[in-house]
Amino acid sequence: MSWIENRVDDGVIMTTVDWAINWGRSNSLWPMTFGLACCAIEMMATGASRFDMDRFGAGAFRATPRQADLMIVAGTVTYKMAARLKRLYNQMPEPKYVMAMGACTVGGGPYFKYGYGIVKGVDLIVPVDVYVPGCPPRPESLLEGLMRLQDQIRHQSRAKRPVTKITETVQG
Amino acid sequence: MAETVIQSSPDVLIDCNRVEQGDLRTEEMLVNMGPQHPATHGVLRVVLRTDGEMVLEAVPHLGYLHRCAEKIGESLQPFQFIPYTDRMDYLSGMNNNQAYAVAVERLCGIEVPPRAQALRVIFAELNRIASHLVTVGCFGLDMGAFTPFTWCFREREMVLDLLEAACGARLTYSHITVGGVRSDLPDGWVGRCREFLDFFGPKIVDYDNLLSFNHIFLKRTTNVGVVSLEDALAYGLTGVCLRASGIRWDLRKVRPYDGYEKYDFDIPIGQPGGDDRPEGVVVGDCWSRYFMRVLEMGQSVRIIRQALDQLEEGDIIAPKLRNLKLPDDEVYVEVENPRGQLGFYVRGDGTPIPYRVKARGPSFSNLSILGHVCRDVLIADLPAFIASIDIVMGEVDR
Amino acid sequence: MTPEEISKLLKSEFGEAIVEIVLDGGHPYVQVDVARWLEVAKFLRDDARLAFNFLRAVTSLDLVADGKLACVYDFDQLPTSNLTELPAGTCEFAVRVVIDAADPVIPSVAQLWPTANWHEREAFDLMGIRFSGHPDLRRILCPDDWVGHPLRKDYEFPLEYHGIPGTTECELTNPRH
Repeated sequence: MSWIENRVDDGVIMTTVDWAINWGRSNSLWPMTFGLACCAIEMMATGASRFDMDRFGAGAFRATPRQADLMIVAGTVTYKMAARLKRLYNQMPEPKYVMAMGACTVGGGPYFKYGYGIVKGVDLIVPVDVYVPGCPPRPESLLEGLMRLQDQIRHQSRAKRPVTKITETVQG
Repeated sequence: MAETVIQSSPDVLIDCNRVEQGDLRTEEMLVNMGPQHPATHGVLRVVLRTDGEMVLEAVPHLGYLHRCAEKIGESLQPFQFIPYTDRMDYLSGMNNNQAYAVAVERLCGIEVPPRAQALRVIFAELNRIASHLVTVGCFGLDMGAFTPFTWCFREREMVLDLLEAACGARLTYSHITVGGVRSDLPDGWVGRCREFLDFFGPKIVDYDNLLSFNHIFLKRTTNVGVVSLEDALAYGLTGVCLRASGIRWDLRKVRPYDGYEKYDFDIPIGQPGGDDRPEGVVVGDCWSRYFMRVLEMGQSVRIIRQALDQLEEGDIIAPKLRNLKLPDDEVYVEVENPRGQLGFYVRGDGTPIPYRVKARGPSFSNLSILGHVCRDVLIADLPAFIASIDIVMGEVDR
Repeated sequence: MTPEEISKLLKSEFGEAIVEIVLDGGHPYVQVDVARWLEVAKFLRDDARLAFNFLRAVTSLDLVADGKLACVYDFDQLPTSNLTELPAGTCEFAVRVVIDAADPVIPSVAQLWPTANWHEREAFDLMGIRFSGHPDLRRILCPDDWVGHPLRKDYEFPLEYHGIPGTTECELTNPRH
């Protein structure tokens, strides 16, 4: 980029819009406190003293979906909860990401066979960006999942990600 | 997230003359608290009828985490169902394993070796400490104090390290099983456990200094959500919630299981303010329930110390447990969980798979008093009450 | 009192209404005629000799071989005096009420033990036993529009609920019983 050299003052960094926005987004993910079951305890442990999710910029847990951009679905989703989950997802502002934490949200987990009221995988309801397996996943796994999500965000382009609106067909 | 629905009232237009006369009427409002709400400890949904800051009526709605545990219990063998008991009350997996294991052992007449019993007691009490630490920390969080949460989780990680060294899992252990425990202690575990107890015993004073006798915390919790003993018995409250109402009732003492009769420990009960409790404390209020947990952690440390001292060599699991067939009989057994009495009704029919498994979750009964107590209270008192009865929704809904 | 004495006392008070007394086995109980269950329940709670002031659990049973449903009530005696002392000589006891599966109605005891309110709602939800005189009998765990009662042995798992598929392996979701 020789044509631009020496044309601006020192201390100015030139980059692409994509890179700058993705850098900001990936390092300030605000997760929603969406603890449903056992995985919520590990999610709390990840946010607490030893593992400290704040090191990766994702420690600002918000209680309302309107301030959050990452939904960590931590725990078993039942049919009764499914409509709520869909509504909460729709309330989140774009860009929004979903992390399926734990075996139950990945695919029904231990409740696959005999769980009559269990949604067999949260991806049947909302689109999922990162799957974190485990029952429950260790905090290290959750941090790894977070970093994989950050990788995804860094490779996003402004033009590509479509707006995802899920219609609320589920009642109850 | 609180979804609000304003009830249209016929007299929405307030008569100006009446306002001048000082008749400032407010409208009743239905507020939906949960199922996704930071102060309801999971997916509890409470529909509140409010008038300004007052809660006139609170109706809990359950079932957002109904995970079909009883259907699974009558579809799987006892060994296979043990991991599901972990996930019922996920803060105290060991105690749940123990409850189901004790129930199946009583049904089949299995003798547990003494070393396995002692190990069970050690694990159960360690898990009780971990569970109470979460409760104490989250109580602080709900009352607006963040530091106790990080302190409690710091010590909880040490307990989890011990349990992880013994059985390999942090939260869902499945370690206590029918007939004994799954594996023996690793080398040097007893020493590590003693180190932890030496460290943790004096730490309890820190929680008292930081949270228990904190002025703001006392203002928020004393004389709030008072449960009288009659109400506690009528609504089937057990465990800490029952003892905070002033009765010395603990299944570890009353009907000992797994050799609890060998250990010397006290049962803290709720007492009015005065001698060693702060002024303003009433028997059965939120602070009493909170403080019971802090005291019980100290008693758990005592029990573990004695159990480590009395630990003897021997088998860790009863022999001949392969192809275990459940007799045509039934049994109902309750054990003392950190939250109360966890009961299992198991009925066999001569096959390896139980005919019926019923779990009586302590949180389920403890929560049923919510609508009775939370009448004409402030909205701010509601999170205090919910935090003090310490529900785990996985067990309420099962 | 021991379970033997309790069952003897109940037999002398209610005679024919005590259908069966089962004392051997891990869970001593008496079976009570459903028509007089409310009287027996009042007696269990209010009589000074029994004073079962604590209802521990209500367990519903599907006795599919007899075409019957049953409810098992587990009681406990908690002390109401000398609270700070360890209680001595308390007794557990259970009562079973059996009804026809075709028309399962049991009088509710929620007025006597308020904790029965939720336990009976659970039995109604999962087993389909109706409790007459219950203040608020509706589903508690399953959604309001749920079909069937999951703990019945002939319950068939749903393959779809409001557009969400039940499972990808339908044949596996049928219960074993």
